[in-house]
Amino acid sequence: MTTSEKVVLDVGGLRMRYGSVDVLHDVTFQVRHGEVLALLGPNGAGKTTTIEILEGFRIRSAGRVEVLGTDPAHGDERWRARLGVVLQSWRDHGNWRVREFLEHLGGYYAGYATPRIRRPWDTGELLEAVGLAGQAGKKIKTLSGGQRRRLDVAVGIVGRPELLFLDEPTASFDPRARSEFHDLVRGLVDAHETTVLLTTHDLDEAEKLADRIVVLNGGRIIADGTAGELARRIAGEDEVRWLLDGQRFVQKTADSTRFAQDLFARYGDGVQELEIHRASLEQTYLALVRQAESAAGSTKESTTESTTRSTTGSTTEAAR
Amino acid sequence: MNLATTALRAGWSRGLIELRQSFTNGPELFSHFLWPCLMVATMFFIRDMSFGSSGLPLSTLALPSILGMNAAVGVISMSQQLTADREDGTLLRAKATPHGMPAYLIGKVISVSGGLLADLVIFLVPGVLIVEGLAIGPGSWPTLAWVLALGLVATLPIGAVLGSVFGSARAQGLLQLPFLAVIGISGIFYPITALPEWLQGIAQVFPIYWMGLGMRSALLPDSAAAIEIGESWRHLETAGVLGAWAVLGLLVAPMVLRRMARGESGSSVAARRERALQRIG
Repeated sequence: MTTSEKVVLDVGGLRMRYGSVDVLHDVTFQVRHGEVLALLGPNGAGKTTTIEILEGFRIRSAGRVEVLGTDPAHGDERWRARLGVVLQSWRDHGNWRVREFLEHLGGYYAGYATPRIRRPWDTGELLEAVGLAGQAGKKIKTLSGGQRRRLDVAVGIVGRPELLFLDEPTASFDPRARSEFHDLVRGLVDAHETTVLLTTHDLDEAEKLADRIVVLNGGRIIADGTAGELARRIAGEDEVRWLLDGQRFVQKTADSTRFAQDLFARYGDGVQELEIHRASLEQTYLALVRQAESAAGSTKESTTESTTRSTTGSTTEAAR
Repeated sequence: MNLATTALRAGWSRGLIELRQSFTNGPELFSHFLWPCLMVATMFFIRDMSFGSSGLPLSTLALPSILGMNAAVGVISMSQQLTADREDGTLLRAKATPHGMPAYLIGKVISVSGGLLADLVIFLVPGVLIVEGLAIGPGSWPTLAWVLALGLVATLPIGAVLGSVFGSARAQGLLQLPFLAVIGISGIFYPITALPEWLQGIAQVFPIYWMGLGMRSALLPDSAAAIEIGESWRHLETAGVLGAWAVLGLLVAPMVLRRMARGESGSSVAARRERALQRIG
């Protein structure tokens, strides 16, 4: 994975208002070329609204948005051809056959090939890449849920997008289908340097797929960083447990690896049943959301920084 | 590939693929044959009746009228398909694809009008064998062609507008009632001159009457014009009314469609499905 400095997606002070209700407040973040960013948050946090604005499907109330250097509100067909979109639930084109559908859709992108990016994706190769070669001649409505989702991804990438949007891609999946889907997306991203923005309310998914996580709650960004950074910033310290001479010890430490080394250096084989508990993202996430909700209750103008700075105290609550 | 032709080519291939599909799957194939078969049966049962003192067999009058009506049914097909495509996300897919919307519309026009032409043939061939007294000559086909073509241009955009405005399958069901009422007063199954004049007036506002009249002018002997309003085929008026609907449709449809398309997003499709599921549950 090569993440360059080139900013592919730039959002600043984004606001969305329906009637008198603000659903997005001052949302600001960037995504760089080749990066996988997860927009994580509970239902109703504003994830889908955000992604729909970026896809050009919804017009924002205020703020600055640039997607591949273009304002999505004025994106033309050339811009559209550089994007891939996979939405929550497609049920369209049930009577079409898999290969026929992909071949047809590929035709829309043929005029947008560049010397660097060959468009569209060869249908045979694409079917192979998403594991649908065996279903090429089937009608789309006869596909299983997991196969249908693979097809949706295939459609999303048939034009070899530079930026791929995945909106809650695995909602309603069973664990096996979810894990297969993660492998598929990760493989595609690694092989083709595609920048990806995905929304999810599944923490595990964000951790597995994303290079960086932006946590959205109540229409505000309450945290932004890698899974490790987020966990460390909030929970702060890992927990190390061990048994020495029949006695149990528990120690909190910021650098658990170094601590364990010292432990062995000092006591050698005397150390038994060593356990290291990393600050968990789940605790972090719950703490963040809870903190943000109580902050929103007291002051309307809570900023990202003040929220994250003051969350440390709530880890015990979250861990309960 | 030239970018300007992308939409045309994609639309053309969409249209042909959808058309082929509609003749290769059971339910749609059934509906393609149901109406024509019912109409042929009607022709068969009324073949001995005649209209008033004119001596013209009723079936002879009805056959071309039904052709005209069939073509006007494009309003309903277009409108229903648009609604269905909004519900299942086909339109949103088009929106997410470069040139997707124009290609979608071109494809829809091709598949709907292709389907109507096929239905027309399915009805016309057995109909001609049963019905006597038609005057089909070399002059029939050009008239049939222009009435049909103008009729489709007059009705399909209106269908697209109705499909955009009435977003749910349930609303589409309600839409059929006024449509059936207009068919009832449009002189399809019984000459319009038998109706009170105020009803004749209403009927002449809509395209169905004129499409029926145009078809009669193409397939009936000139003497049959005697039972029409003004005892004439009124080609000029036919072209005028259908042309007016065409202009109106082509002016309004892009605006309404654009407005409708702007509102399409993943969450609006999901919300519609939610509502649809609630109705079923």
